[in-house]
Amino acid sequence: MSRVAAQQLLPTSAEEAAAALHETQAVRIRGGGTKLGWGRPLETTAVELRSERLDELVAHNEGDLTAVLQAGVSLARAQEAFAAAGQMLALDPPDGGATIGGVVATGDSGPLRHRYGAPRDLVLGVQVALPDGAVARAGSKVIKNVAGYDLAKLMSGAFGTLGLLTEVTVRLHPRPLGWCTAVGRADDPHVVAQAAVQLAHRPLEAEALDLRWEGDAGAVLARFGGSSAKRRAEAARIMLRDAGLEVDCVVEDEALWATQRDDQRGSAVLRVSATQERLGPLLDVAREHGARVVARAAHGLAWLGLREEAADSLAATVAQVRAALAPSPCVLLDAPAAVRAAIDPWGPADPAQLELMRRVKSRFDPKRRCNPGLFVGGI
Amino acid sequence: MPGSLIGTLRAACGEEHVLTDHHQLRTYESDGLLQHAVVPRAAVLPASAAEVVAVVRACHEHGVPWVARGSGSGLSGGALPVAEGVLVVLTRLRRIVEVDLPNQRLVCEPGVSNIAISAAVAPTHFYPPDPSSQIVCSIGGNVAENSGGAHCFKYGFTTNYVTGLEVVLADGTVVELGGKELDRPGYDLHGVFVGSEGTLGVATRITVRVVPTPESVRTLVAFFSSPAHAGHAVSEIVAAGVVPGAIEMMDRLSIDASEQMAHAGWPADVGAALLVELDGPEAEIEARFDDVARLCAEAGSSEVRVARDAAERDVFWKMRKAAFPAMGRVSPHYYVQDSVIPRTRLTEVLERIEQLSRDSGLQVANVFHAGDGNLHPLVCYDGHVAGEAERAEELAGEIVLACVQAGGSITGEHGVGVDKKRYMPEMFAEADLAAFQKLRCAFDPDGLANPGKVMPTPRLCGEVPGPYRRHPLEAAGLADRM
Repeated sequence: MSRVAAQQLLPTSAEEAAAALHETQAVRIRGGGTKLGWGRPLETTAVELRSERLDELVAHNEGDLTAVLQAGVSLARAQEAFAAAGQMLALDPPDGGATIGGVVATGDSGPLRHRYGAPRDLVLGVQVALPDGAVARAGSKVIKNVAGYDLAKLMSGAFGTLGLLTEVTVRLHPRPLGWCTAVGRADDPHVVAQAAVQLAHRPLEAEALDLRWEGDAGAVLARFGGSSAKRRAEAARIMLRDAGLEVDCVVEDEALWATQRDDQRGSAVLRVSATQERLGPLLDVAREHGARVVARAAHGLAWLGLREEAADSLAATVAQVRAALAPSPCVLLDAPAAVRAAIDPWGPADPAQLELMRRVKSRFDPKRRCNPGLFVGGI
Repeated sequence: MPGSLIGTLRAACGEEHVLTDHHQLRTYESDGLLQHAVVPRAAVLPASAAEVVAVVRACHEHGVPWVARGSGSGLSGGALPVAEGVLVVLTRLRRIVEVDLPNQRLVCEPGVSNIAISAAVAPTHFYPPDPSSQIVCSIGGNVAENSGGAHCFKYGFTTNYVTGLEVVLADGTVVELGGKELDRPGYDLHGVFVGSEGTLGVATRITVRVVPTPESVRTLVAFFSSPAHAGHAVSEIVAAGVVPGAIEMMDRLSIDASEQMAHAGWPADVGAALLVELDGPEAEIEARFDDVARLCAEAGSSEVRVARDAAERDVFWKMRKAAFPAMGRVSPHYYVQDSVIPRTRLTEVLERIEQLSRDSGLQVANVFHAGDGNLHPLVCYDGHVAGEAERAEELAGEIVLACVQAGGSITGEHGVGVDKKRYMPEMFAEADLAAFQKLRCAFDPDGLANPGKVMPTPRLCGEVPGPYRRHPLEAAGLADRM
């Protein structure tokens, strides 16, 4: 293993990573470095443990629609390889430079979440370097397996607080041959929310179903893939028209979806875990605060891009939005450090659940070496 | 078992819901895996989450292990009682608490049957994981085992549909994991709980996601001279980018057995039947169904039958779903395996199974979820013939090993339970098992919830710093300190 500087560790194998974790008092885990501003500020000065030399695309089993990737492989590079075989890993979060390890560790996702799920749903197996110096595997390399505890779920979204993901096995899907998106626009937020939810209740098998709101106007976007994409988009277009929206069908739709992805980021973004019914009220709250909204309508997930403000007034806005959207959890993602220091980006946690999370943390990382203090409740 | 524990259980759940008579307890000595039987010290049938809490807390106070049981249809001995322990039977917790169709969620108690969930949200919605036992199996058991079913190649497993759980931990505390919302901040503990086979606690309330019922369904069955040919067709269908709602294979022996029950009139001279179902938007089915029929023909299918109506589709499915029970008509006993292989290794693994079958002199029928490579070899034997049950178990074990060696898994949907725990070291190294144990200890440091399952050997949790205290399982003589 090499040390680029005294404060950076770059393991070239899972074993090296585990040894480094075992020997180092505190590490900050880093993949592509695209989400370093997420979570609470670390409690202590930490050495950076980087996955960038764990960059092997270990296997692409085309016939089985699976792949094994080291954690430091960039998602973009992996997708290129899969696309060459007419396949895809159905994860399309923003951040071109993100690694698969980082995407899984943060549980990040994009519009394809609608049909294919989150990293937790697509990761079949993990290899992880643990703070006790061990390298452990869980899950399997086949798409169906229930042997052993599902540590892949535990590590997905754990923000590197239990160890360093060193390798993941993922399920792939056929890449649709053609795409087509039905778009409906309106300037009444309730018309937009209602139309989106209405589509979510129809058996459309859309690849993605988003809504957006910015300024005084919003839209519903329903993307279809496969042989019948155009016909199905046309059917969705008619449903949106009948719901009172101005409609369109877009075949060259990549730019529309790139915008949906990009708008999950901003100078200050709140990720809201809502439900379908709460999307209408959520748009009202966003409008009141001049926030931009991107949402996965069927899943009730929304990203609120807050207006730039001074740190103290931004912190006040976050508190107001949280209060207005309660009980929907609101996690502050991108935000200036001063704001993240002033308010808990994770929001309040249920005490019994937090106690159990702490017990998990103390079993895997009793000396609190991995990303100390970054996670929920200061885990 | 201290009499005071029985007294506490009776006070909590009522006299008549605490069973201690040997003959009554025998009802519960096995789950669906009849090869294992253990009579528990007591069985208790609580009627509410509060009663479950009282039962679990009492067991904790007395240091007595307990096992949760749903409908008892599991096939890995996951609900096998512990002789010194209490069996917590959840069949009375069968309320559907809330049907929240506007948010596509349903909240229910663990004893609700799998099929009742789909029924409660029909006709506009359905709950996709559909184990063959769905008429009887409980959602609590599905959560414990992360159950699959014929439609999971396209739709996913229980874990992809459970969004929230109310769980009673082994010390009697109640914790809410997840909720109706997705991506709640924190560790994905409901994701970890699903498939943990009752070893991390007991779920008393379950929130699941339901989805719109497909607009249309079309089903065909294609006959082939051998499973290898049918397997080739599966590969071609998947490679063409088709994701069937279900794609199921049966071999000659299982067709013969099912025919006696389902009377579908399938040809008697074929080596394999492939059941392919496309569901979804009519436009997409129309675009792909002919492709599927053509790919089957090109892969050598002797005949492709398309179900003309719902009745014929039901007969096709009856053939598939009858495969396990029908095997009882051709063989006095059978032993079901549940291994998984990478689908591309199907032909060589089937050849290996055939060879193992010949070597042992026992017949093996094969039924698979072909899309995801989940094999259900049925090892046929006669338990009345001395030594045959043991040979069957040995053969089943060799089949499991062949699948693991091909890069697969020891279990795709039935769980490890007691049945497959001895194979765990074939799939997982000591470091992996040690990591599993960390999780187990975080949830249940005293090891009282369903001990003796999943892990190949009993192990205890490292002490939290403090003076040594004797572990309840040590005291009960069930485990040694390693």
